[in-house]
Amino acid sequence: MNLKLKIWRQANASVRGKFENYVVRDITPDMSFLEMLDVLNEDLLSRGEIPVAFDHDCREGICGSCGFLINGVAHGGQKGTTVCQLAMRFFKDGDSLTLEPWRAQSFPLVRDLAVNRSAFDRIIQSGGYISAPTGGAPDANTILVPKEIADSAFDAAACIGCGACVAACPNSSAMLFTAAKVHQLNLLPQGQPQRDQRSLSMIVAMEEEGFGGCTNHRECEAVCPKDIPIQFIGQMNRELTRALRHGERKFAHVTRDAEPAEVKR
Amino acid sequence: MLDARIPSGPIEDKWDTRRFEMKLVNPANRRKHSIIIVGAGLAGAAAAATLGQQGYHVQCFSFHDTPRRAHSIAAQGGINAAKNYRNDGDSVYRLFYDTVKGGDFRSREANVFRLAQLSVNIIDQCVAQGVPFAREYGGLLDTRSFGGVQVQRTFYARGQTGQQLLLGAYQALEEQIAAGTVQMHTRRDVLDIVVADGRARGIITRNLITGEIESYAADVVVLATGGYSNVFFLSTNAMASNCTAIWRAHRRGALFANPCFTQIHPTCIPVSSEHQSKLTLMSESLRNDGRVWVPVKQGDTRAPNQIPESERDYYLERRYPSFGNLVPRDVASRAAKEACDSGHGVGPGGQGVYLDFADALRRMGRGAVVEKYGNLFDIYERITGEDAYQAPMRIYPAPHYTMGGLWVDYDLMTTIPGLFAGGEANYSDHGANRLGASALMQGLADGYFVLPATVPNYIGSTKLEPVDTNHPAFAAAKSEVAESTNRMISMHGKRTPDSIHKQVGRLMWDECGMSRSAERLKKALGTLPELKREFWSNLALAGTAGEFNQSLEKAARVADFLELAELMCIDALDRNESCGAHFRVESQTPDGEALRDDEHFSYVSAWQWTEAGQPPVLHKEPLTFEHVHLAQRSYK
Repeated sequence: MNLKLKIWRQANASVRGKFENYVVRDITPDMSFLEMLDVLNEDLLSRGEIPVAFDHDCREGICGSCGFLINGVAHGGQKGTTVCQLAMRFFKDGDSLTLEPWRAQSFPLVRDLAVNRSAFDRIIQSGGYISAPTGGAPDANTILVPKEIADSAFDAAACIGCGACVAACPNSSAMLFTAAKVHQLNLLPQGQPQRDQRSLSMIVAMEEEGFGGCTNHRECEAVCPKDIPIQFIGQMNRELTRALRHGERKFAHVTRDAEPAEVKR
Repeated sequence: MLDARIPSGPIEDKWDTRRFEMKLVNPANRRKHSIIIVGAGLAGAAAAATLGQQGYHVQCFSFHDTPRRAHSIAAQGGINAAKNYRNDGDSVYRLFYDTVKGGDFRSREANVFRLAQLSVNIIDQCVAQGVPFAREYGGLLDTRSFGGVQVQRTFYARGQTGQQLLLGAYQALEEQIAAGTVQMHTRRDVLDIVVADGRARGIITRNLITGEIESYAADVVVLATGGYSNVFFLSTNAMASNCTAIWRAHRRGALFANPCFTQIHPTCIPVSSEHQSKLTLMSESLRNDGRVWVPVKQGDTRAPNQIPESERDYYLERRYPSFGNLVPRDVASRAAKEACDSGHGVGPGGQGVYLDFADALRRMGRGAVVEKYGNLFDIYERITGEDAYQAPMRIYPAPHYTMGGLWVDYDLMTTIPGLFAGGEANYSDHGANRLGASALMQGLADGYFVLPATVPNYIGSTKLEPVDTNHPAFAAAKSEVAESTNRMISMHGKRTPDSIHKQVGRLMWDECGMSRSAERLKKALGTLPELKREFWSNLALAGTAGEFNQSLEKAARVADFLELAELMCIDALDRNESCGAHFRVESQTPDGEALRDDEHFSYVSAWQWTEAGQPPVLHKEPLTFEHVHLAQRSYK
């Protein structure tokens, strides 16, 4: 199959970018979208032109490196699929495709389709962890975790940090990303001691990085390659309420609520 | 002869003995010492976080935009630990025994025993961090079986165990970054190791955004940069996984051990097009419930569902009745190759065998299969467009893991004082073949427990002269890096880095892949210098070295793969025996199994770089087996 591509080219964040048109030929349906771009780039390089820059690595949909908009849709539109796993059979011969980087103030452009997503790291730094210095852990089966709790924590932990949720959101909100981590760690018994502080810190960090708030468009959920549900955002809002309520009581409750009782639900 | 400095005494006590002998560093003095860690996968992130927690000044480097992307994230199946939660006969000793035997007696007993001991602490540590392992309904941790063993000791998080373990280590690392103990340098390629006054004292990096060549100095350098399967071009490794840091260390004096020990994983999705950029693994855990078969009739083109039971050859179950579909990876891969080479292969080009879940679906029901393997079936469908619930998967072996790597002593220090190697980057504990679910175990054992003990011991027991980036060794290394980068970018030739990489990869797969012979290895050794000349005279790049330039990054990696490829062939030629994943056609049993030659080859091959164009020098570390008796490996 042959395709027309319109790709955003911008050498770095301090120069103006523009769309360039390309044609790729003899693409087979079993190639992945990124393999199609490899063909374009090999062609550009052999003609002495600068290839299109895009982040990618595992090409198995798990490292979270890749991602850009195809005709305005993050990762291209196949449900639960990153662009590296998107097969060309998803498109038709003669299609015109427009490729753009994630557009969000908090994700400055690096080059062409590659952006800087380090804001996500700083959200994790603010509280997206359980403090467990190496060496002091009790036997792994000491604390029982009901299967449904472990499964739900896993559903949230499946996030790959690709940034599609932010790119798809009209508010450039990082709430799906943040809520997924808050949900995983606040749900597990091991996460209880830092629960309220985690919710507060991560939400503050998210706002400080310039991400917007959630207004329930559900675009994030639609494009998430790991099918992270928007329910986690509602859950995070309840966690915020809980943390603020406890804050008013100046954390006098800590000993009571730190017990895994909360997990029974 | 190489001395691994293994502690004396009974094997059960060696690690405790070693830890007690170690020199400690006063907590108040730790922040005065700096440690460079290259790589932020399981070994690198775990070591950086733990050494940061201890109070050292850690600088961690990654070529990714964030440490959460390291290729450890793609590990699917699980992590082994001798917890014996199942009460099925497991123990530290049995994990040790299985690993030495699985590695076909080419690993170091003392290291493997320590690995088995630490395995139990790893699971505890990860659960404390909030890693959502699979659970039973009663709230206990669930486990499953993996190849080469007969107990259920593999802990898992659906088909994404590596992701969850890496995110645990990543979060611990980010906590330390926030605390200021670890400084993270992302989007940096490490292009050289600086050896000053006989000790590793720093690194030279290229800032991938600006192209600037930078120098960093420290008291210790740790390499945790993963394996080199991408020498084959097509492998299950991530696109940017590379050998550059360990190869540069090798050129600076670190011995490279067992480079020809490369694992070919039996269950990958077969190659489908000439433009294929990488291969996708289907977790070995699938062999727990899936059955491997090929048609009895050669060249049978019927759809799998049309082939009656009596005309199917479940060759693993037939040849290895006691382990069946769960034989170790090297055995399963070779058997698949034999089936295809003898004309029984299925799919395009006959390069595939069936992995069939029909029995499992009948026995367990679709729901249970989805629960256990759903994401793997999804991956398969996305890539092939086929529904594996309806028809069997097609699989074929692919390069996956490299047991070889930098030679290290018991403390994981290379032959350059002050340069350590952890995880897949060292030649490690897996001998000639790694068992499933043992890579995550080894990466985390090195990262959480071994390096955080042995690196401080080096600092505490060594008089380290103050060295900063003004030392002449930094200027020399930096100008070499700049020179080679400029040479590549200004050649304006005709061959793209990828086209040369594909060519060397194909050559290595054909001549130094699943089966090797003296004749073909010599042929490859004749071709590789030509390819190297082609690379250094006809390379096509665009743009400049002073900007974000992904083809330039690629070219620097290919340059080092070309040199490593030669060493792999030299090593494979030298080791005139079959062991584990290294199969020399000259050395096999009458029924086609790998035939070891313990009398002549019971050693670790550790190669010393001499000069470009000169043959490397072989050093040997003799292997002795006091606990696991040398025997012909049998899974029949």
